[in-house]
Amino acid sequence: MPTAVMPDANRRYQCPGCGYTYDELLGDDHEGYPPGFLFADLPDDFVCPDCAVRYKEDFNFALTP
Amino acid sequence: MAPKSAGYYSTESQKNEFKDIAMTTYRIDTVDQGTVTYTDQKRWWWLLSLVNPLIPLFGIVGHWLTGSELWLLVPLGMMFIMGPAFDWLFGEDENNPPEILVPQLEQDTYYRWLTYLTVPAHYITFLAVAIWVGTHSLTWWGFIALTVALGFADGFAINTGHELGHKRTKIETWLAKIVLAVPAYGHFWIEHNRGHHRDVATPDDPASARMGESIYQFARREIPGAFHRAWMLEHERLCRKGVPVWSIHNEVLQSYMITVVLQVGLIATFGWIMLPFLLIHNFFSWWVLTSANYIEHYGLLRAQQADGKYERCQPHHSWNANHKYSNLLLFHLQRHSDHHANPTRRYQSLRDFPDLPSLPSGYYGMYVVAYLPALWFKLMDSRLLALPHIKGDLRKVNINPDSLAAIQAKYGQADA
Repeated sequence: MPTAVMPDANRRYQCPGCGYTYDELLGDDHEGYPPGFLFADLPDDFVCPDCAVRYKEDFNFALTP
Repeated sequence: MAPKSAGYYSTESQKNEFKDIAMTTYRIDTVDQGTVTYTDQKRWWWLLSLVNPLIPLFGIVGHWLTGSELWLLVPLGMMFIMGPAFDWLFGEDENNPPEILVPQLEQDTYYRWLTYLTVPAHYITFLAVAIWVGTHSLTWWGFIALTVALGFADGFAINTGHELGHKRTKIETWLAKIVLAVPAYGHFWIEHNRGHHRDVATPDDPASARMGESIYQFARREIPGAFHRAWMLEHERLCRKGVPVWSIHNEVLQSYMITVVLQVGLIATFGWIMLPFLLIHNFFSWWVLTSANYIEHYGLLRAQQADGKYERCQPHHSWNANHKYSNLLLFHLQRHSDHHANPTRRYQSLRDFPDLPSLPSGYYGMYVVAYLPALWFKLMDSRLLALPHIKGDLRKVNINPDSLAAIQAKYGQADA
């Protein structure tokens, strides 16, 4: 997992089951994570907010320009 | 959310491929499999899902036309005699959409409209029966038969709320809250989506039944447990957002507020007769959900990993019924394994797979069995232990701690 935020890119993490995407630039307002809230800082027991089938460690990292 | 493979198809090909006016055939050209097509044979049969909430109306229309209160018994008969009989008569369903055409099937708004229209159907029936009870002096048994039937019909409002509450569009989540107000169960979609799906088939889940636990024991654990989990989940979410828990932003309270308006309004209009009416109605609505939860994961257990977390939910962690009739009434709820593997998948796309844990009848028939614990244990315990991933190994079963010794003695196994 990269540790530094790359310029001009936002880091997205996708649920492999349902496709829900956590975008660090946007956070997730409904779930109470503000813009800029790092995926790494989500609680260890975080589960996908849409399907609740996959855990935090299951999410796939995707760098989107 | 945009379909993941929206680029696969064009609306042009969809428009041109009507085999006849009544049936829609989905079609896609692929490199490796040639042209794949799919016609949903059940397309128009899905209209039955709209009839389901209206079942209590058959009772009051019959009573109205003939003057005989015996008609008020008809709705319960339609559910618990006709339901299992039709499941037996029409049998199981071989219909499965090919995965590659699921994005097209999910984009077809016809299916979505049926779930939307089920919402006013529940309101119409609820209000019509309330007015009927409020304006007629029924015999005690007529009153109870009609109220219990309405309770069961509105229990299936939780099924509609379930289908809608899993979807991520604003209109669908709002319709879920609106329809869940009828059975007074607004906390359901929070508890179900974020609680039950996370904890399913583990001892931590109040909504997964344990081997040896009767439905009556289960209800006492499930009903308060589900409410508590919903409230805690919503509490955590609102705290993260820095919003007071007792506020309009609380998604449990939003639905409850509609319930309060509805039910207080009925008491104000028709007087105290509405109090026993609503209490019986609400209880039996909740009881429908309890019944569904009881049979959906009975005894099934996800293995615990070394880090204390559970393995991810697999298809063999749910019981299924692939019967045509009850699945049409219940938006494919009984294809439960695929639902738990893919909770945001729409009902028309849910699939049946071979070798899944399967129930001998649809939910209507299995509810009746569940209400007779001795019969339930006799029918289900051997079925559970015979599953290929369990093969009699009690360590792989979610067992009621109070029943452990008796089960070990009966099934002849050393310490778990």
